[in-house]
Amino acid sequence: MDRRTLDRREVDLGGYEREQLHDMLSAMLLSRRFEEKCAESYQMGRIGGFCHLYIGQEAVAVGGIHALRDDDFVFTAYRDHAQAIVRGIEPRAVMAELYGRVDGCSKGAGGSMHMFGRDVNFMGGHGIVGTHLPLAAGVGYAIRYRGGDEVVLCYFGDSVVNGGPFHEAFNMVAKWKLPVIYVVENNSYGMGTDIERVAAVDRLVTRACAYEGMHSERIDGQDALAMHAAVAAAAERARGSDGRPTFIEAITYRYLGHSMSDAAHGTYRTKEEVQAERKNDPIATFSDRLMEADLLTRGEYDEINQAAIDAVEDAAEFAENSPHPEPSVAYDNVYADEFRGGLDRRDAWR
Amino acid sequence: MAVITYREALNRALREEMNRDENVFLLGEEVGEYDGAYKVSKGLLDEFGEWRVRDTPIAENGFAGLGIGAAMAGLRPIVEFMTWNFALLAYDAIVNSAAKMLYMSGGQYNVPIVFRGPGGAALQLSAQHSQVPDPWYANIPGLKVCAPGTPADALGLLKSAIRDDDPVVFIEGELLYNMKGEVPDEEHVVPIGVADIKREGADVTLVCHSKMVKVCSDAADTLADEHEVEAEIVDLRTIRPLDIDTVIESVKKTNRAVVVQEGWPYSGIGAQVVDDIQREAFDYLDAPVARVSSLDVPMHYARPVEKHILPSADAVVKAARHVCYLD
Repeated sequence: MDRRTLDRREVDLGGYEREQLHDMLSAMLLSRRFEEKCAESYQMGRIGGFCHLYIGQEAVAVGGIHALRDDDFVFTAYRDHAQAIVRGIEPRAVMAELYGRVDGCSKGAGGSMHMFGRDVNFMGGHGIVGTHLPLAAGVGYAIRYRGGDEVVLCYFGDSVVNGGPFHEAFNMVAKWKLPVIYVVENNSYGMGTDIERVAAVDRLVTRACAYEGMHSERIDGQDALAMHAAVAAAAERARGSDGRPTFIEAITYRYLGHSMSDAAHGTYRTKEEVQAERKNDPIATFSDRLMEADLLTRGEYDEINQAAIDAVEDAAEFAENSPHPEPSVAYDNVYADEFRGGLDRRDAWR
Repeated sequence: MAVITYREALNRALREEMNRDENVFLLGEEVGEYDGAYKVSKGLLDEFGEWRVRDTPIAENGFAGLGIGAAMAGLRPIVEFMTWNFALLAYDAIVNSAAKMLYMSGGQYNVPIVFRGPGGAALQLSAQHSQVPDPWYANIPGLKVCAPGTPADALGLLKSAIRDDDPVVFIEGELLYNMKGEVPDEEHVVPIGVADIKREGADVTLVCHSKMVKVCSDAADTLADEHEVEAEIVDLRTIRPLDIDTVIESVKKTNRAVVVQEGWPYSGIGAQVVDDIQREAFDYLDAPVARVSSLDVPMHYARPVEKHILPSADAVVKAARHVCYLD
């Protein structure tokens, strides 16, 4: 991916407190260590179903979510573990969800693709490509309806830009000035298809030009501060009754396969390409920069990293010890209230 | 009791509920300035303003999804589809998002939303504009599905649907909008999931919903006048949850049943009703249950063919006579 055509240059460190920078580093390391543990647990058969890991893309989640207020809202697609944790769902609850246990953040009913955390306004965890973009617009509509000043941050993958929900949502948020920030995590591949092979546009960010009133920019998604600055500016633009939505294209890269069921490289990209991208690692470049600026010591880095490892080990142990749900919970939460006549009426022979 | 049309009953339900709860709002194609393609939302834009009566672009998946998101954030949206045929473009939003959100979030996000609009055949609208969507939605756990056949039920059920904490698919009859009927002047709420005996009779049970209530009523008149058969009409009103108890009770009394639906026979609502009857009232049946439905073909444009495809009172009479061993 051509990083020479970015709209935002390096962000000055001067605007950030040391503690804030350490928090961002901590969140990125926690995400990385968490996903590494997921890969291990998946291979050992402790996690089932589809499992899409976020390794390599951490700066996109951390920079963006750290720019929000607590009362703002976050949506994402099925590659959702990191966003869930960064937004504030306990790693224990996310890991227990992956293990399909009762203490999971969705009580074990959702699994890897459906993390939800109502108390931190984390609205999922959506498994059908593009469907959550109109939902995010709806939360934006509700905010405007009530005269609030919260914003919605909605992440999605690059393959979404070619589908209908993307355009339908963009049209509505632009027309009705809804406080929504859409972030495409452009990691170059929609599953195993290079986005350049299927998108009739070079820069995905230009898709926003069709919608007047929508601000758009393309940034380096491997730079947490660029991401933070872009979302902070977007949030400011969006808040209030005359807010404007924003579309951010974050150029990023996933190191592993689309999901745990495919290889990191082979059919659609080369080993050399993955190795080259790994040299631009979002965590390494961020921590190097902080160290060069005397905002982080090697000892502090090791401490933060060890805390992340400890939290992830604790989460895995917690998940392992959390009970499996009883089969009878199958009927829970199908409806919010009574279902007349009973849901189990036609379910004989169990 | 005032006599009003089905359309006016729906309009009254919308107005009353929007006045009762400021979280209730309406969105869809032409619902505002144009007063609705079928004038169901007449006058509401002037009364409630554009944030509560929102004209949308023609983008069903988009505005249905927007409604779902707003419901997750605590509003109570009513999404109008100009017809249910167009809602196929929003099937993903309804099935994958609205119906699943509470379940896959472990009970955290319910979706209190109503999707409503006309379904079924009208007059010579041919294949793409005449479909009966009932089983497409009744098949989905997480959804509730209502299909009222009279003005009073349209009023009472729509009010219940708007107050419901789950997604409700509300299927109106395109040819019912002008139907007149008595409607209580006071607050009228019909609970979701409760069938109604529209006519009592001892000889055969006619099970129906939506437009077929009128068809069965005409058939029952003929059966009584010309064949000395007293038919009991069970109007399901809601097809998920299905009030099968009322059907079973009636069948235990009459020992014979004809299940009537406008839609296609294959995997139709009637198939579900027949299955329930044979499992729960097998020993009470004096004849195999008969079904009347549309023919298993897309809708034809030409009037005589269209008429032939749709279920008629004549067909219901024939089926009733058959289960009574009169032919």
